[in-house]
Amino acid sequence: MDTDADSPLLQVSGICKSFPGVRALHEVEFTLGRGEVHAVIGENGAGKSTLMKILAGVQPPDRGEIRIEGRPVTIDSVDAALNLRIALIHQELNLAGNLGVGANVFLGREPTRLGLIDEGVIRRESKTFLDMVGLSVDPATVVGSLTVGRQQMVEIAKALSIDARILIMDEPTSSLSQHETKQLFTVIKDLRSRGVSIVYISHRLGEVKELADRVTVLRDGENAGGLSRDEINHDSMVRMMVGRDISQFYQHEQHAPGEMALEVSGLRTPAHPETTLDFSLRAGEVVGIAGLVGAGRTELLETLFGVAPALQGEVRVAGEVLELRNPIDAIRAGIALVPEDRKRQGLLLEMAVRENLSLASLRRDKRRGGFLNRSSEREITSEMIERLNVKTPGDRQIVRFLSGGNQQKVVLGKWLAMKPAVLLLDEPTRGIDVGAKREIYGLMEQLAKSGVAILFVSSELEEILGMADRALVMHEGRITGEIARADLSEEAVMRLATGGDAMAAAG
Amino acid sequence: MKKILGIFGILLAVYLGTWMLSDIIPGRQSFMSDFNQENLIRRTALFGIISIGVAFVIITGGIDLSIGSVVCLIGCGLPWLLSEHRWPVPLALAAVAAVSLGIGLVHGLMVTKLRLQPFVVTLCGLLFYRGITRGFTRDQTQGFGNEFKELRSLATGEVPLPFVEGFGIPMPWIILAVVGVLASLFLNKTIYGRYLLALGNNEEAAKYSGIDTDRMIILAYVICAGLAGLGGVLFVFDVNSAQPVDFGNFYELFAIAAAVLGGCSLRGGQGTILGVIIGAALMQVLRNMITLVDQIPQNIEYAIIGAVILAGVSVDELVKRVAARRRKWTGTEGEAG
Repeated sequence: MDTDADSPLLQVSGICKSFPGVRALHEVEFTLGRGEVHAVIGENGAGKSTLMKILAGVQPPDRGEIRIEGRPVTIDSVDAALNLRIALIHQELNLAGNLGVGANVFLGREPTRLGLIDEGVIRRESKTFLDMVGLSVDPATVVGSLTVGRQQMVEIAKALSIDARILIMDEPTSSLSQHETKQLFTVIKDLRSRGVSIVYISHRLGEVKELADRVTVLRDGENAGGLSRDEINHDSMVRMMVGRDISQFYQHEQHAPGEMALEVSGLRTPAHPETTLDFSLRAGEVVGIAGLVGAGRTELLETLFGVAPALQGEVRVAGEVLELRNPIDAIRAGIALVPEDRKRQGLLLEMAVRENLSLASLRRDKRRGGFLNRSSEREITSEMIERLNVKTPGDRQIVRFLSGGNQQKVVLGKWLAMKPAVLLLDEPTRGIDVGAKREIYGLMEQLAKSGVAILFVSSELEEILGMADRALVMHEGRITGEIARADLSEEAVMRLATGGDAMAAAG
Repeated sequence: MKKILGIFGILLAVYLGTWMLSDIIPGRQSFMSDFNQENLIRRTALFGIISIGVAFVIITGGIDLSIGSVVCLIGCGLPWLLSEHRWPVPLALAAVAAVSLGIGLVHGLMVTKLRLQPFVVTLCGLLFYRGITRGFTRDQTQGFGNEFKELRSLATGEVPLPFVEGFGIPMPWIILAVVGVLASLFLNKTIYGRYLLALGNNEEAAKYSGIDTDRMIILAYVICAGLAGLGGVLFVFDVNSAQPVDFGNFYELFAIAAAVLGGCSLRGGQGTILGVIIGAALMQVLRNMITLVDQIPQNIEYAIIGAVILAGVSVDELVKRVAARRRKWTGTEGEAG
């Protein structure tokens, strides 16, 4: 097939990509038309980000073909992608926070005069691109001083300055306020009318419904279907994403809650000192904390775990008032935390599965003068590997070589070995595949049944709806409401999460 | 274990090569003389002790640049107290022990509680202790003269071997063996050693697992400065007199080089005591080679040492990369779950 005016702007076929232990993409197809907003949706770990990284030249595919206007192309570097006028706007923004807005727009392509950077040209030209995205700041303004929403506009301006015709946006609204989200949508619609094609990745289905001309759904690294403009609705998208009845996927059943396990009253966290938090948890209860990124959910868990000690307030576990100055205090009281970023806070990546699993329980060897009890260490390790079904060639395997799901199981196993009374989980299934996800839900269920009180933070509404006995919703550091399982719905959670009326707030 | 065999192989090669070039080919006996061999063992032991110390700090992901100056402070301070101020021996020894452990404590506190960078803290230490020593000694050479022979035998003495004449095990080697065994037990057989390796690998994750990381880091700096102090005592016993201007100069770099050659990663989380001792031995054989082999001009000593370390570390990194790649293709592949 030769160049052809009728062929789509971008056509991807048969893309495969594997990482050690994970098949990220398998025979994926994707087409993008001119001036189209095309949403790619799917659960975490479905392969959305991998596909986008391939298109932007960050990672090469193992197999498959990419055509632009019918002509096969190789995108083996970010430079190659930029030459094809494809720009990726990353989930985490890639800006030099210490430099000015204009300097960022022209980063790596600075106009020069006599070998020196020509600030005048940067100033004038960046202004045009900033105007296009409706950002009225001085190009000399330091990027770090802007809000996240405005920084994102700088990224878009940067993409426009290379005359991008394909703009890939990976979860662009995940840290934006409602107002900023609206502004972003205006810019996106304006770009579309100028003929720019946009690939929009999100798992906020409401946004997709508002913006997208077409939807491609990925599931477990494969195409799960596509929807055209008039087929896009919430139910059809969820069905394709999950690929099964949700009630089957989440095996949660409510059981009679036991004794009071965790009571929090008048708690002020260092992140949001202006608000106080009050709630409680009974043994065997599973409570979800919903909210937008930056609502203070992670900070709450970190305060309960002693990482960021409370400024004020009282925390009781099993009726006993605790002083939580550091994680050691929390662990002694039976509180465990599976942190949000397992690679940074959860794992010793370069050490073995065994050393990771036993790390939190070693303290019991203090009784033996600090000498390691190797046989008990081996025992705990093999018990946990079996109980959690960790897929590893052996307990001497370096953790870095495990898949995300198995890594997460190792983090969980580290805590199960010390039998916690209160288990805090921060985004427990982020970035792991569907199979491991189901196993982790099963495990949460099993722990709750055995009387552990579980408090989990999740940005995936499905997870909150599927797993929680009740949900606490946070917005800007406050608990804006509490919703019982019977009343849980996506709308109810979103209203409270975006700071809507607090009518559902109950004791 | 593979790593230790590798570095041991290099040691053996350099050792045999030196023997060849300095003795066999010119047809004399200088490298293999009892005197030289004994001296080689003695120097290896002395440098081994301070290298083990810095290995603990390197395992936490830190660095200690002050070792040479601590060697100078203690090495000049002890004869200053004993010969010039006539302190009783136990009191003087207690004083230098307290000073060196105290230095480690201060370094550890500054690194953990003030969150200063180890490089900066110990670089300032390097300057500070040298300056202090030159100050209180007024740059005068410190020594024992003909006194304290018994005490000095800790470094100069030797334990005779049965059935071998004219050759004994130098005392410092016995001390190194004791220090090495204790350090190795601590690092590999106790939870504290595990904590050190864990926090060197990922300090945040260690903290989130309930480990008092600050306390462990402080302990590492105390061990390091303590062994540097012990080294200072033994070095000055060995040579009998010390000049504040240059005593212990560059010793921190020899110690760090030995630890790195012996398998410690400056990123932290890795290292074995045996490897560090072999690394220290390699450094000393290299220096010996430069002195004894006629074809190598004495004045390029540092260039050769630098080149050897760089080569060793590069080869190690390459081997690691190849091993990691092989691991990637076997092991976990084909498992979609």
